[in-house]
Amino acid sequence: MPIQGEIHRSTYYDSVALMLAQREARDQPGVEDVGVVMATDANKEILRAGGLEFPGLAGARADDLAIVARAASEEEARAAAAFAMQVLTRRRVSTAGDAYRPKTVASAARALPEATIVLISVPGRFAHSVAREALDAGLHVLLFSDNVPIEHEIALKARGREQGLLMMGPDCGTAIIGGAALGFANQVRAGRIGLVGAAGTGLQEVASLIHRLGGGITHAIGTGGRDLSSAVGGVTMLAGLRALELDPGTEVIVLVSKPPAPEVAGRILAAAAACGKPVVAAFVGATVEPTGQVQGATTLEEAAIRAVQLACGTEAALPPMRSLPEQEAGRLSTDQRYLRGLYSGGTLCYEALVLLRPHLGAIYSNSPADPSEALEPVTRSREHTVIDMGGDEFTQGRLHPMLDPTLRLARLRQEAADPETAIVLLDVVLGYAAHPDPAGALAPVIREVREQASREGRHLIVAGSVCGTDDDPQNAGAQRAVLVEAGVLVEESNARAVHLARLIATRQGKREVRSMRKVVAAAAATTAWPEVGRVSALLGARPAVINVGLDLFAESLQAQGVPVVSVDWQPPAGGKQHLLDLLDKLEG
Amino acid sequence: MDINAANQEAMGRVLTAQPVLVGVGRALDLIPGMSLDLILHAGPPITWERMSGPLRGAIIGGLILEGRAGTEAEATALVERGGVRFEPCHHHAAVGPMAGVTTASMPVYVIENRAAGNRAYSNFNEGYGKVLRYGAYSEDVLARLRWINGTLAPAVGDALQRAGGLDMKAMIAQQLTMGDEGHNRNRAGSAIFGRLLAPHLARGGLSPEVLEQVLRYFADNDLAVLNPVMAACKATMDAAHGIAGSTVVTCMARNGTDFGIRVSGLGDRWFTALATVPVGLYFPGFSAADANPDIGDSTITETAGIGAFAMAAAPAIVKFVGGTPAEAAAATLEMYEITVGENPAFGLPPLDFRGTPTGIDIRKVVRTGITPRVNTGIAHRMPGIGQVGAGLVRPPMACFEQALEAMADLAT
Repeated sequence: MPIQGEIHRSTYYDSVALMLAQREARDQPGVEDVGVVMATDANKEILRAGGLEFPGLAGARADDLAIVARAASEEEARAAAAFAMQVLTRRRVSTAGDAYRPKTVASAARALPEATIVLISVPGRFAHSVAREALDAGLHVLLFSDNVPIEHEIALKARGREQGLLMMGPDCGTAIIGGAALGFANQVRAGRIGLVGAAGTGLQEVASLIHRLGGGITHAIGTGGRDLSSAVGGVTMLAGLRALELDPGTEVIVLVSKPPAPEVAGRILAAAAACGKPVVAAFVGATVEPTGQVQGATTLEEAAIRAVQLACGTEAALPPMRSLPEQEAGRLSTDQRYLRGLYSGGTLCYEALVLLRPHLGAIYSNSPADPSEALEPVTRSREHTVIDMGGDEFTQGRLHPMLDPTLRLARLRQEAADPETAIVLLDVVLGYAAHPDPAGALAPVIREVREQASREGRHLIVAGSVCGTDDDPQNAGAQRAVLVEAGVLVEESNARAVHLARLIATRQGKREVRSMRKVVAAAAATTAWPEVGRVSALLGARPAVINVGLDLFAESLQAQGVPVVSVDWQPPAGGKQHLLDLLDKLEG
Repeated sequence: MDINAANQEAMGRVLTAQPVLVGVGRALDLIPGMSLDLILHAGPPITWERMSGPLRGAIIGGLILEGRAGTEAEATALVERGGVRFEPCHHHAAVGPMAGVTTASMPVYVIENRAAGNRAYSNFNEGYGKVLRYGAYSEDVLARLRWINGTLAPAVGDALQRAGGLDMKAMIAQQLTMGDEGHNRNRAGSAIFGRLLAPHLARGGLSPEVLEQVLRYFADNDLAVLNPVMAACKATMDAAHGIAGSTVVTCMARNGTDFGIRVSGLGDRWFTALATVPVGLYFPGFSAADANPDIGDSTITETAGIGAFAMAAAPAIVKFVGGTPAEAAAATLEMYEITVGENPAFGLPPLDFRGTPTGIDIRKVVRTGITPRVNTGIAHRMPGIGQVGAGLVRPPMACFEQALEAMADLAT
């Protein structure tokens, strides 16, 4: 097939802009595959591996833009490449307008003097200096970027603590501050429950379920996935906990995380016990010893239910499970023995793993609960497999599955074609910045693969849940209806979808294993509270945001009516490392 | 080495500078180190072999004006046998627009910085059309220079004496509120200049014919004040030069071949790279193919925080930056990204009188990838043809990268 490739010298676009252009160009007539990438060595390798090598690629440099298309005809390939460039430049123009776009946090702060938070989503190696500039300017930070070295995280959080500022992240995907959804977050009713979470989709699930149960939240503070590691020590969770303790609107606090380092969990739980407000700790995969007003929750759903009960004083419950597992399982053929989970939300995937393992035995995964269950290669499922499609293995040079369903759809076809697959488990994550219609993208493929299986004499079960609220731009109710229409067994929460899948799978063969649940308990001594006066000020008002990185986040804030200024960010010193080293030396 | 403290010191000296136009005199008598065999030129040092057309033409004209050669051939021969020394104006506390050629007998403006006590010098502006600063040296060009030398300069010097000097800082502040940015547009400033001098010229005992010629010079030449403005900027930035550790740019200049900068904490070193051709609008009949690479010391205005840095103030020339006042404001806003501070003495009306972005920090330039903006005239690449357009240019990033490397070497 003809390939058309071009190199644009010294032309930088951020990876999401590139991937959006790639996605759109791929839909052009006759196109088989498209690459729109910065010509880094890693990306050049990806293009080669994908059969998208072209003359000139080898000589391109990391700050050059490479566009390549393979299509049925040369004309179509050329048109697709030109279209990709158009998409890139069109995005630029539409955001530039007449007004000046500041190039640094400092000048953005001047343009939006009421700004309180800087939302940073630049590539990880550049994130530290932007976050540092923000903290030095007295601004709170939500650092979305991942691949930030842990020593940078430690230094930034120390600086934040020193300044009394909230340093959310790195790798913090979700926060809701004063009703404003930052990053990937949902439109959740205002209420009396405050959340602090080290797990993005964990926060989204708990917040959405609180909304579903009739409750509401004050704030959802993100900490970043590594906050509760020994090295980082829970600095941000402690600050968030303290701020929610002092927040007059918050009556109940929920902590959400994957299992923390035991000593960090001890410190956090001791602080929680001392805080004077009821606290629900959902450390998915670990059991929390109750202490004083602190209680544990085994699932994200349970955390939401307990929090709503504490806040409203009434019994809260989701409607009973709709499906009949026995009946579903009875329709499976004898070869259909395995469960295949295809997740877009990392915490939801992890919750599935820890809920399934005690009943189904080994669950293979790219983010396994036990190293012996690592899936190798990640492209081929094995027995019971649950995959985090948002893991690094699947997002190199691609958009996250919450934005681009392409890879998950391909994997869905692959699993559906496997005669051993009994049930496919899915999540659909809604909210600001997520795909505008994820259920709509999944439904036709689900319908198609179930019909195909049925022609082959198999009954393929697809179960899942929708993480989001009816107030989200995508509308959770409508998304559920689309999935139900496509034949998906839709449950009210991830825990329930997992439960249903588990009941069906165990009917096909039980292999119970004794899995040791981690138990965490409050430490004897309490840690001194950090100073959070400025965090309280942040929580006391609707935020105004400086966005550095993905335009997507600025657009979602605009849609919510949150004042936002976008920094027209470019890699510092053109990304030249030796100059960056000199600058570090001269800026101290 | 505390760079930020050093830069604050540099900024302090810029902000407190008090450039006053105190008088006029002969280059040989006033400019330090000036001599009969020396010709000063714009930009960083350059050899005859590498000089562009307009600079060579201006030097030939200068040698004929000085009586050291009668023809182009004689002038070239004199240069080629080593009879002429060339040095940058900037090495002698002087500046000159375009070719910047200043010879021993030429009259110069004297600016005194009353805060720091230093002085700076600039030649006289010749007006438009065929002029020496664009490399023209025909008889009419030389006749005009002789008139400036013999008639205009003494009259202006005399008037300045009687006026007790002219506060350039106040003058620049005024012109910025009247539609000038002080580099490409000096119409308002030149009008103020002429107005302030007029009563003193009237009492200079000049014949009505001579007085008319002198007043007509101010009436016709929208660039009359450019040269004293440049010298005022030079006096200001020289005061900020030589502060150990400072990363503030104290000089940007072009010789038609190279663009060069100097940095406060890096002594007398130039950091140069090949000058580029400005992007601009051309007079009818000319195009970019006719343009010489960037030339002139007038970038001292941007170095001091006016010119393109004050673009927001000059709606009349927004065509150079895209056509709308919003784009002019954006041009100035961009410069705040690379400067240490703002000069409250130069408030910009369209930006709610925010001070002009002042004190280019090489670290900020390298980090942001934003090079300073420069408004400039464009010279024809052949000597003697003159100005062919005006537009916008940016210095090569390499100048700033080299300076950053040099600063890092010092810091170790």
